[in-house]
Amino acid sequence: MNTQDTRRPTGKKLSLKEKYALMTRGLGWDTSYEPMDKAFDQLGLEGIKIHDWDKWEDPFRLTMDAYWKYQAEKERKLYAVLDAFQQNNGHLNISDARYVNTLKLFFTGITPAEYNAHRLFAMLGRQFPGPGAAIACQMQAVDELRHVQTQIHSISQYNKYFNGLHDHTVMNDRLWYLSVPKSFFEDAISSGPFEQIIAISFALEYLLTNLVFMPFMSGAAYNGDMATVTFGFSSQSDEARHMTLGLECIKFVLEQDPGNAAIIQRYLDKWFWRGYKVLGLVSMMLDYMLPKKVMSWKEAWEIYFVQNGGSLFNDLSRYGLRMPKYWEQSVAEAEHLSHQTWNAFYNFSGAAAFHVWLPSDEDMAWLAEKYPNTFDQHYRPRIEHYRKLQAEGKRYYNPSLPMLCQTCQTPLIFTEMDDPTRTSHRQLEHDGDTYHFCSDGCRDIFAGQPDKYVSAWLPAHQILQGNCVEPGAEAAGDPGADALRYFHVVAGQDNLDYEGSPDEANWLRWKGLDKTPPAAAA
Amino acid sequence: MHTHAQQTSVPPLVRDRVDNFHGQQLLYVGWDHHTMICAPIALLVSPELRFGEVIDDLLPASAFALHPEWPQIDWARVEWLLADRPFTPERSATLAAQGLGHKAYLRLRTPALRGIAGSGA
Repeated sequence: MNTQDTRRPTGKKLSLKEKYALMTRGLGWDTSYEPMDKAFDQLGLEGIKIHDWDKWEDPFRLTMDAYWKYQAEKERKLYAVLDAFQQNNGHLNISDARYVNTLKLFFTGITPAEYNAHRLFAMLGRQFPGPGAAIACQMQAVDELRHVQTQIHSISQYNKYFNGLHDHTVMNDRLWYLSVPKSFFEDAISSGPFEQIIAISFALEYLLTNLVFMPFMSGAAYNGDMATVTFGFSSQSDEARHMTLGLECIKFVLEQDPGNAAIIQRYLDKWFWRGYKVLGLVSMMLDYMLPKKVMSWKEAWEIYFVQNGGSLFNDLSRYGLRMPKYWEQSVAEAEHLSHQTWNAFYNFSGAAAFHVWLPSDEDMAWLAEKYPNTFDQHYRPRIEHYRKLQAEGKRYYNPSLPMLCQTCQTPLIFTEMDDPTRTSHRQLEHDGDTYHFCSDGCRDIFAGQPDKYVSAWLPAHQILQGNCVEPGAEAAGDPGADALRYFHVVAGQDNLDYEGSPDEANWLRWKGLDKTPPAAAA
Repeated sequence: MHTHAQQTSVPPLVRDRVDNFHGQQLLYVGWDHHTMICAPIALLVSPELRFGEVIDDLLPASAFALHPEWPQIDWARVEWLLADRPFTPERSATLAAQGLGHKAYLRLRTPALRGIAGSGA
């Protein structure tokens, strides 16, 4: 007589397939005390129609028990390397102390964005009723939190020795140029669930991720930064899963209903342009900030966007999707983007939490070779003028506040397509007020959702409204000094040029390159 | 497109409405073909300010005055644009009186001056 209840565990190990069925798909249920559309109340608001959540294909078929095991192993490896880095003074092995300024940009701009990504995926995990999609989002929420943590631990090694890394959360909330990546994520996180996942999983993680990951991680490897390479590798296998989620999500939504394609195309147009505008910071890093260069922005855009993105959209054309609006403009602008972005930071380095420096003769030869159509004609004369002024002790700092784009929040530093010496500007009237934009793309995004963007927190305007004074501190009366203190940028330490900075003095001392006689130094 | 929060009847928060500037307003000024000044500048001004004061007091204290071509500007020959339309300012009239309202964008063009080494910078 067999009395064994087959529904109970028998002690036999489950196959992977059984595990996946029980621990992912088997975790979903339909609500009974509330209707499903009330429990998942954001799903219908965007007009996307999903007929069958079971059609969601999960290529990784990862279950939570395996997830914890894999992630724990990655953590053990990462922290072993970080310990070694610390014990061996790994910070002395980087190519040059200038390199650390790319980490300052990463840590204040991207690490807080990873935290927002964690929040976004936690909310999505709650909003999707299909267990396949919900669990993929929950895992990604945990991944993003892990990335924030590993980045804080890795970069804290540098924070012991270099300035500007001491307060990334406050800086992300307040510092003027960080409003560009911050507003990107806040725009995403305040969208409907399908727009959120298209924005982050597809447009950012699938289409544009190589443009962020490659410059920072290859840049780190080329410049001897083993701490960053280590957290980069540790998160890379997570990124592979995230990219797959992006691609699966877009295919699933497109296959569910033919009416979805038009909505998805609108999201792609918007988030391609939003993402591209954030990447201006990366273009500057590649062309002007890495002491040992990896490739130019123009080359990176050609490989990772034009070629890879082009073949991706070729695949997606069977669903009725096309390349995102204004993509041709991004290709033409690749000749100018980094030069114009760098110039903004040269102008405003008094108000930045990292250092800038003029390109050397060797750097300029590299720029001329990589940008034969534009560098010598448009950008070299400006740099040579700056060099002359610095030699005379008259370094140019821009004492004014810049006009900002209402959508991407970048100062209006870009130029017209047909004239690289004239500011690109668009404007429109809405509800009795005038709004200004850096591009057609940003104007179109505003026009699609004006009520969202009229509330943008534009740093220059906030300073002029008197809102950028450190709480509890007495106003110095000088808006510039007040704003700097509000940003938590320490004047004379975190900002201005690399030459003459405490970072430079320390580096020269550690490397035995200090030419100042000891008596004079004392 | 529309999230739950956007469907409520709460009016949108217009963060840069003129009332938030304590009696002042914004005026943007750009100088075409002089990209050393990396972006047009944002000035906080009184609507009662006379146009001449913008030229005589505000711009000389701005980034524009640090451009090597600044001293060479022939103010009688400057061409002004309001966004994309030609504009003829009156020195002695106030900004308000000549339609330069909150967030107006003024551009000046100096055809004789073409930026650092003629590069448009």
